[in-house]
Amino acid sequence: MIRVRVEQADFDVGAETDRLTFAGVGGIATFIGVVRGNGGLVSLTLDHYPAMTEQTLHDLAGQAATRWGLAAVTVIHRVGTLHPGERIVFVGTASVHRATALEACAYLIDRLKTDAPFWKRETFTDGRADWVEAREADDNAAARWS
Amino acid sequence: MATILYFAWVRDAVGKGEEVVDIPDHVATVGDLAAFLSARSEGHARAFADLERLRAAVDLAMVGFDASVVGTREIAFFPPVTGG
Repeated sequence: MIRVRVEQADFDVGAETDRLTFAGVGGIATFIGVVRGNGGLVSLTLDHYPAMTEQTLHDLAGQAATRWGLAAVTVIHRVGTLHPGERIVFVGTASVHRATALEACAYLIDRLKTDAPFWKRETFTDGRADWVEAREADDNAAARWS
Repeated sequence: MATILYFAWVRDAVGKGEEVVDIPDHVATVGDLAAFLSARSEGHARAFADLERLRAAVDLAMVGFDASVVGTREIAFFPPVTGG
């Protein structure tokens, strides 16, 4: 079962984890990304390319499900304006064994950072607002899976 | 006719998120299209000044600047992605 959602609203971590919990599953790995909010960050606004975002997240979830034989995958990414301490992304993988669930979860969060068309714009306490630059470390993290 | 989409600072530079463009026959690749679009306005020129800072997608798939745009319906230009 593959579930992908892109939405403004927050997600319910407990409910999402429950959906990944069923007979035959031996382990569930989840990753929750949170808006960090250092350096005087007031808010983060996420822009995205809706049609491509949906397709990319479905493709990545499908690749992970096939590669690690997952029983279920959930990817949720929020868009719009978010504040420090708010959840921004949820990746959950359910598998027969823990190793495949953990690896697939790490794969998804790494690839999501380099492949999914989202762009963050940061607004700071001094009124500055800048688009976030992509990080080479993220490219390197994604490259280790190929 | 093709729809050209711009995201993040590329949209800010161009001044709009979307435009419909009649692509001339001599424009064969994404790189050709970038050069063609950069002549449309000062904002376009700014957006396309350094292709190293840009990424492109043709019909929802990420592609290189040597990819063909012949017969495509939607081409997007944007900076490297920063989600997650």
